Amino acid sequence: MAAINILETTGLTKVYGGISANMNVDFQLASGKITALIGPNGAGKSTFVGMVSGRIEATMGRVMFDGKDVSHLPAHKRIQLGIAYTFQITSVFSGLSVHENVALAARRTFDGKASAFEKKVHAALVRVGLDDRAIQIAGDLSYGHQRLLEIAMGLAQDPKLFILDEPTQGLAESEIANFIKLIMSLAGETTILLIEHNMKVVMEAADFITVLDQGQILATGTPAQISNNSAVQAAYLGKSDA
Amino acid sequence: MEFGPHLMLASLEGAVVAAVLALTAMGLSIVFGVMRVVNVAHGEFYMLGAVLTWFVTSAIGGHPALGFVAALVIAPLLVGIIAAAADTFILKHIKYDPDRTIVATIGLLYIFQQGTLMTFGPDARPVEAPFNHRLALPWIENSENGLQMFWPWGLSITSYKLFVIAAAVVVLMGLWALITRTKIGLIMRATQQDSETAQAFGIPVGRVYSLVFGLGAALAALGAVLVVPIQQAHYLMGGEPLLLAFIVVIIGGLGSLPGTVVAAVLIGMSDGIISVFFSPMVAKIIATLFVTMILIWRPQGLFGKVIR
Amino acid sequence: MTLFSKPNLLHIGVLLGLIVLYFMLPPYHSGNLSRIMVLAIYAMGYNVLFGYTGLLSLGHAMFFAAGMYGFGLAVNLGGVPLPIAFLLGIASAGLLAVVVGSLALRTTGVAFMIVTLMFAQTAYLVVLYFGEYTRGDEGFVVQQAQRTFAGVDLTTDTARYVTALVLFAICFLALARLVKTPFGKTLVAIRENEERARMLGYDTKVHKLKAIIISGLVAGVAGAAYAMLFGYVGATFATVQYSILPLLWVLLGGAGTTVGPLIGVFFMFYLIDFSSSVTTAYLLVVGIVLVLLTMFAPKGICGELRRRVFPWLP
Repeated sequence: MAAINILETTGLTKVYGGISANMNVDFQLASGKITALIGPNGAGKSTFVGMVSGRIEATMGRVMFDGKDVSHLPAHKRIQLGIAYTFQITSVFSGLSVHENVALAARRTFDGKASAFEKKVHAALVRVGLDDRAIQIAGDLSYGHQRLLEIAMGLAQDPKLFILDEPTQGLAESEIANFIKLIMSLAGETTILLIEHNMKVVMEAADFITVLDQGQILATGTPAQISNNSAVQAAYLGKSDA
Repeated sequence: MEFGPHLMLASLEGAVVAAVLALTAMGLSIVFGVMRVVNVAHGEFYMLGAVLTWFVTSAIGGHPALGFVAALVIAPLLVGIIAAAADTFILKHIKYDPDRTIVATIGLLYIFQQGTLMTFGPDARPVEAPFNHRLALPWIENSENGLQMFWPWGLSITSYKLFVIAAAVVVLMGLWALITRTKIGLIMRATQQDSETAQAFGIPVGRVYSLVFGLGAALAALGAVLVVPIQQAHYLMGGEPLLLAFIVVIIGGLGSLPGTVVAAVLIGMSDGIISVFFSPMVAKIIATLFVTMILIWRPQGLFGKVIR
Repeated sequence: MTLFSKPNLLHIGVLLGLIVLYFMLPPYHSGNLSRIMVLAIYAMGYNVLFGYTGLLSLGHAMFFAAGMYGFGLAVNLGGVPLPIAFLLGIASAGLLAVVVGSLALRTTGVAFMIVTLMFAQTAYLVVLYFGEYTRGDEGFVVQQAQRTFAGVDLTTDTARYVTALVLFAICFLALARLVKTPFGKTLVAIRENEERARMLGYDTKVHKLKAIIISGLVAGVAGAAYAMLFGYVGATFATVQYSILPLLWVLLGGAGTTVGPLIGVFFMFYLIDFSSSVTTAYLLVVGIVLVLLTMFAPKGICGELRRRVFPWLP
């Protein structure tokens, strides 16, 4: 059975030539839930997530994933342990077809017959609503659809932890609504860590919220608790875009 | 000749190499710094400068200084125009795509090189220096009567070579002034920092690129004009300067002009000194491997910024 | 994929065509075609690294030369039997690829190009330095008597053609198969978006190293075959020109296609053959073709065909 906290960081710190982006962050991520990471610009959210995923090398501290110490593993090895990651600025294989994009995501872990593989790719595309565009070249899709494609790629990996870096940025209202429905349908299957600026999305979808400010955790709790937290209000919520 | 004077001679020869190299490498550095373009044909612009010098000095008879001064103006100008044209018609078309630019400039390399072969021919042709006086150089030694100057036989330099060193310094200082003190220099630096923002502010990035590309080529050609009375013009003479210029730019740090000058001096001097003392083949092998290792382990060079 | 899919039929068709051409062509042209097929092996090796993985090496001549000298020196100086010498040539190239690859892959983009160029330059200088054994630029001949295999004299036109064709066919089909495997598709992913491939859990470093090794090995096959079939080993094959030629062939024929390299070599061979008869400056034609290609048909012949007419082209 998976650990209660699928992800734990202890004392995670990143210092860039004298300036610390993150200081001593002790973070726990509950399994099977949707947790949002919020905070003002420059709070260190992307740096933190970068260190968790392995894209950025931590100056100090420990990262435990699914009970294992991954602090010294390179990014691709951490992904192999069951993390899926979407970029803040959508990054797909724009020269390849939508189908091949998802196939690449699924192929690494897949072991079985070709027909089962095709079903898996198809299922991921259906989940995000892109199955009718399977043969299109990814670069020709609208930005919103490319974002969905990236999510489909993540889903195809059957991840234990799904990290989404500002997934709704650049999406239209209707697309955002669909997105909320999509990730809420994933609850239980996987754990979701969401970096978000859009407070509507956060309040609706998140089970837990962690607030970062100036590289450190300011507060953590349920949406209700956080919206009533005066320190958070002072630092952030007052300046939010809802 | 003893070691001391020998080293001094090697250093002076190295200084001449460094001077010409600094100009050539600076041309490459500006182009790469502002346009992010790798111009594999850069050595050919150098070669064209030398070949055009021969044509100009042959056409203008009389005292060699006349032809030389004319060439000093005409050759870099012509080469600069050719380069600007190449940028306008070819590089712009392919939108400076990195891979395609490499291929296009390789193509230009062959076109210029072989075009020169067809018109200028395969022979190396000399150009007479505008002035050429042999200056014996003194060496100080401790003898029975205290420190004394004497003139070792073989320790000398020509006035022309001193001129080359001086000219390079003057041009580099002028270039520095252009880049840091003039409006054009400011526009170039702005375009280098952030071409999109520069464009948003009304800077005609396209024209700046053509100017920069032409300027880079002109600098290489100028270096060649200075060197041709010492070396001779030959259609294949662009290969080694190209390689050396790239090494200088990379070691100095991509996008760093002071770095380019420092690296040019370092490499020019070492090249001159090593060639005097070691077998050229071994020196070349060691030098090539050394540069490769620097590229691998310190890709940002001496002064460059790490691009991660 | 079914046995009779369009790509498979195309590949078989190409091989059959090459067989038929032998009987149709006069000896001058079939001799050319032998040379073209061996050089096409070199181009296909280059294509793995450049066309599929997206890494532009400017130093591949060192792998070709390693194969050539590995074979030539083994036969001439070591008296090694032909097939062993052939394998030695390939192994030399492979070993060089491992060493150079491990070092060069610490760099990317422009630095990678320059580092590969410098390694190749070093290799060329080393060949010249040991001129006592390698005979430098002048090169040496591998005697006809030594170039027999299982009693067959490889210097006859027929034997040359058959050997070239067999080696070409093996490499052609093997590489066509490789690019359909998960490994091959991952190489394409690395070319398209390396960071994304990494964040999907692929070890991109190891993949790139393997790509260089495969690319170097195949180039070594071509080098060893060239020495074996045409009897000459020389330092010219280690110069920058022989690093630029495979780039040119692959670009012209179509990078990232299976048939492109062969087409590219074929076209350039005859283009140069034709221009050499007109002028000594035939490289001028090379230069013009390169510029026009990259300006108007950057994907090359097969690449453009794939884009516009035959999307199934492998």
